[in-house]
Amino acid sequence: MSTATIQPTYNYKVVRQFAIMAVVWAIVGMGMGLFIATQMVFPELNLDLPWTSFGRLRPLHTNAVIFAFGGCVLFATSYYVVQRTCQATLAMPGLASFTFWGWQLVIVLAAITLPMGMTSSKEYAELEWPIDILIAIVWVSYAIVFFATIMKRKAKHIYVANWFFGAFIITVAILHIVNSASVPVTLTKSYSAYAGAMDAMIQWWYGHNAVGFFLTAGFLGMMYYFVPKQAERPVYSYRLSIVHFWALIAIYIWAGPHHLHYTALPDWAQSLGMVMSLILLAPSWGGMINGIMTLSGAWHKLRTDPILRFLVVSLSFYGMSTFEGPMMAIKTVNALSHYTDWTIGHVHSGALGWVAMVSFGSLYHLIPKVCGREQMYSIGLINTHFWLATIGTVLYVVAMWVNGITQGLMWRAVNNDGTLTYSFLESVTASHFGYVVRAIGGAFFLAGVLIMAYNLYRTVKLGSENQQEGEAQASPAQMA
Amino acid sequence: MDINDLRGLSTVLAMIAFLGVCFWAYSGHKKRDFNEAASLPFADDEAHINTRHASGLAKTEHADKDKGAIQ
Repeated sequence: MSTATIQPTYNYKVVRQFAIMAVVWAIVGMGMGLFIATQMVFPELNLDLPWTSFGRLRPLHTNAVIFAFGGCVLFATSYYVVQRTCQATLAMPGLASFTFWGWQLVIVLAAITLPMGMTSSKEYAELEWPIDILIAIVWVSYAIVFFATIMKRKAKHIYVANWFFGAFIITVAILHIVNSASVPVTLTKSYSAYAGAMDAMIQWWYGHNAVGFFLTAGFLGMMYYFVPKQAERPVYSYRLSIVHFWALIAIYIWAGPHHLHYTALPDWAQSLGMVMSLILLAPSWGGMINGIMTLSGAWHKLRTDPILRFLVVSLSFYGMSTFEGPMMAIKTVNALSHYTDWTIGHVHSGALGWVAMVSFGSLYHLIPKVCGREQMYSIGLINTHFWLATIGTVLYVVAMWVNGITQGLMWRAVNNDGTLTYSFLESVTASHFGYVVRAIGGAFFLAGVLIMAYNLYRTVKLGSENQQEGEAQASPAQMA
Repeated sequence: MDINDLRGLSTVLAMIAFLGVCFWAYSGHKKRDFNEAASLPFADDEAHINTRHASGLAKTEHADKDKGAIQ
């Protein structure tokens, strides 16, 4: 293209690849989620086969949505944002391309091994050791590409979004490598390098920071770029963003023990985890306020711009779930909520409401740009997607709240003589209606993603047609 | 002095570091730097537009596609 000579050409190819695969993996991962949600309504749907049982498909669902969908969105947006805010082409394009193909290979291997029952049984880190090594290699390559691009920057400053992306990349590398340390027995079986309560603590140090850094810091990086861009005004307070960054990364790392309340973990560690989780409310809300206030003076844009609507509603859900999280980390609240569907509701208010919605908003902003189009094929379909996603999330979360509190209260109810009032089965029966509503909410959410996929397909198609036309027009002009 | 003094001390040091970041971020002389940094997401739009004018390209489509999607 003729623009190549007068501006830094960005490497949009790898961004485009990751963005497209993000939508593909969203359909797979959320489809898997809907399938196992339906299994909870109709248990016969496990087909009486080991490969399609809930226990094997559930980790496939979580891996597919977090690491396949979420991971591809993070790669796409971080490669896009780092180039544009540094005004530099992506460093080491070959290595960047390797991160794409390597990451897709990890996902395919996960999709094969998990239904076969090969698992290290660590939540969100189920993949066996050969795949863990591949992940570590891809991730270190990712870090090299990202930081090498930052070193090429034209501006003096490193924009705050890149700080969040950088922290996410470094921390996830450390978490993954430490938690995945294991003793291999065969090619497909290994045992953790840690034992007992120590193993549990390391697992949840990893697990909660997978939430804090993979699903929060990285997506906050997206928030700090795409909200200002879409609202066409700089972030509300750059100073607040600096305090937000340091406070968030310094505190998140300590919150893991709240996953182990009333277990063999020492009591002081549980209390520490609880207190750190409560403090975490401050930086979380600081970031949310910074994002939402960026719109001050531009609120009218929400009326016409569904992309901005996605971004702002995602921040509202972020605020909700980061209030709910610290509350659930209080030991007495946790005594009611833990092991119930309330936890699943909390996770999905964060995962659907925050992570997925901010991803959709960012992708809708980014995809036309990397496909050589001014905007998506249809703005109306973005709006339809927005409403399906919002309704789906609300149905899902409310169903799980009701179920969770019902289960918690039924399990703790005792008669005067000290015997349990309800059997476990009675609490399962009481949860049935909630499972129906949850599956309906999930279907709404997935329907929205299917509409997004259609919109994406048309945009990419039009984009490539445009490009051909543009090249045809450009060549005679260049000759002259 | 035992290990618990060290633990207490590390908490105090972390608190001082945090207050230091706050003071640094909110001190007056950083204001200009931060304004510059905050405008970085828009910097490459301007660069594109400027270079486009400089090179005398009348056709706007290349620059437009890099600008925010505006409804």
